[in-house]
Amino acid sequence: MLDARDLTIAYDHRIAVADITLSLKPGEITAIIGPNGAGKSTLLKSLNSQVSPSSGSILLDGQPLERLNRRTISRRIAVVAQEAELRFPVTVLEFVLGGRFAWATNAGWGWETEHDLQIADAVLRETELSELSGRLMNELSGGERQRALMARALATEAPILLLDEPTANLDLSHQATLLALVRNRCDRKEAAALVVTHDINLAAQFADNLILMKQGRAVHTGTPEQVLQPQILQDVFEVTVLVDAHPVTGGPRVTPVHDTYRHS
Amino acid sequence: MMNRVTLRKTVISCALLAAALLFAVVFMSLLGSEPLPVRSSLCALASFGSTSCGLTSDQFDILFQIRLPRIVLAAAVGGSLATAGAGYQALLRNPLAEPYLLGISNGAAVGTMIALVFFGANEWTRPLLAFTGALLATLAVYRLARGRAGATPERLILAGVIVTTFLSSVIVFVTTLMDATRIRSFTFWLLGDLSGTSKAMLPVTIIIAIAGALTLTLNARSLNLLMLGERDAFDLGVEVGRVRVVVFLVASLLVGSSVAASGSVGYVGLVVPHLARLSLGSDNRISIPAAALGGAVFVIVADTIARTVIAPRELPVGAITALIGAPLFIYLLKRA
Repeated sequence: MLDARDLTIAYDHRIAVADITLSLKPGEITAIIGPNGAGKSTLLKSLNSQVSPSSGSILLDGQPLERLNRRTISRRIAVVAQEAELRFPVTVLEFVLGGRFAWATNAGWGWETEHDLQIADAVLRETELSELSGRLMNELSGGERQRALMARALATEAPILLLDEPTANLDLSHQATLLALVRNRCDRKEAAALVVTHDINLAAQFADNLILMKQGRAVHTGTPEQVLQPQILQDVFEVTVLVDAHPVTGGPRVTPVHDTYRHS
Repeated sequence: MMNRVTLRKTVISCALLAAALLFAVVFMSLLGSEPLPVRSSLCALASFGSTSCGLTSDQFDILFQIRLPRIVLAAAVGGSLATAGAGYQALLRNPLAEPYLLGISNGAAVGTMIALVFFGANEWTRPLLAFTGALLATLAVYRLARGRAGATPERLILAGVIVTTFLSSVIVFVTTLMDATRIRSFTFWLLGDLSGTSKAMLPVTIIIAIAGALTLTLNARSLNLLMLGERDAFDLGVEVGRVRVVVFLVASLLVGSSVAASGSVGYVGLVVPHLARLSLGSDNRISIPAAALGGAVFVIVADTIARTVIAPRELPVGAITALIGAPLFIYLLKRA
């Protein structure tokens, strides 16, 4: 669906992303992990054509991304980034209907169709926001707002989801709920998702593939079991880690072991 | 369903505002230092200038040569400024953005002054240079206000203060080059004054007001998303670059033409879009046309107050709009 080959992105003479090749396939969640400044968010922006690569190619359904117009891309790729600015009073329903913009036949002054409203209704139910649809966005809690962002991305019906730290403001239960929603989408609708996250254990639990980045490069790629090995993580994050089996899922579980604990 | 409701709400509120505008045009033309007979004036207005309604030729001239053009100009200026305000607010993602407070009106004023001083004879150079001045001031504010976190309210207002004070000193400098008799009328004009307009400017101002309001209304859906941040709008399919250029040009044109016609009438772009959003919601598909019509009514009423309250002397209309606008600005700033 979305294929990037030998992607290199330079910002002001600094290389942010170097030689990344990745492929998003229907039904799969790919997670990008790595230390701060590894180029994870830059990579995500380039996949949505917000940042153009210095070299390499990105193909969306076989077509070069740079030749597609904005609305065509937005029908295929939805983004969940950090929180929107909310200086104007906007209701949750209005916010979520924003996801239908790319489908509007009259992008200027047109009104949402019956179909748009049905979709908004469905995604609001899916994200458990139906009750709040008439409330103003800036009256919601951080978790509810994040779910509204997710609902808006789902409302685009785009088969490719790019998520940039989607769980950053969420408590434990909402983190899992949100990623379960993504998992569900991928399983049901043959969607593909790319998640940038700091939470290695969440990534291990929900992702099919991991890309471990450091200083712009993909140092390791593979299944969570292949990538999440003590030596690899130790080299990349420069911290001692303990990897054992998750008691419920059986997948790898990573616990950092700080030096202070080891010596005592 | 909900969209039908909002569509109906838009049509109804715009129809009501249009009726209010018509009402304001007709009844405010009856008010003034020279009383006009109500029945005969209404008859003359309803028949589009029939001379057989019993008005004396002096009364006829007051109504059709003095009051009506001035009221129509007030409507065009009010509609332009309110629409421009709504445009700047969406573009800068800030409900406090206003052409006068950001120094954009001052930019247009400098342009108009340059036109007056150097190309005095040519009517067309005034709106043209006013537009150029407004555009340059808009670009300056936009650049100064954009920090890493977008344009925060504090940063935006500071940028406006810098641009305003800089351009004010340019205005003072140019003013000192003028002779004493012109300075007085000029100071009045700077505060926003509808009394000294030439008829030649009227059609230009009306056409720009209507075209500008229509253009921004036709970009309303993009502006709705732009209000939530440029990145979000981009992700959802808005051609951010194109819409930004359209708003820049249209808003500057609206401010330029209204300043060239009537000087800097302040706070219209703040008060009116705010009231529109308060009563109809933030959806620009409703609030922009509503603000355009409401702005026209607002300035007609403000100008009627300005020319009647101490008749036969007059106040600049900008003084009245500022008296209403400044307290609202303080209230909004406290809430932001």
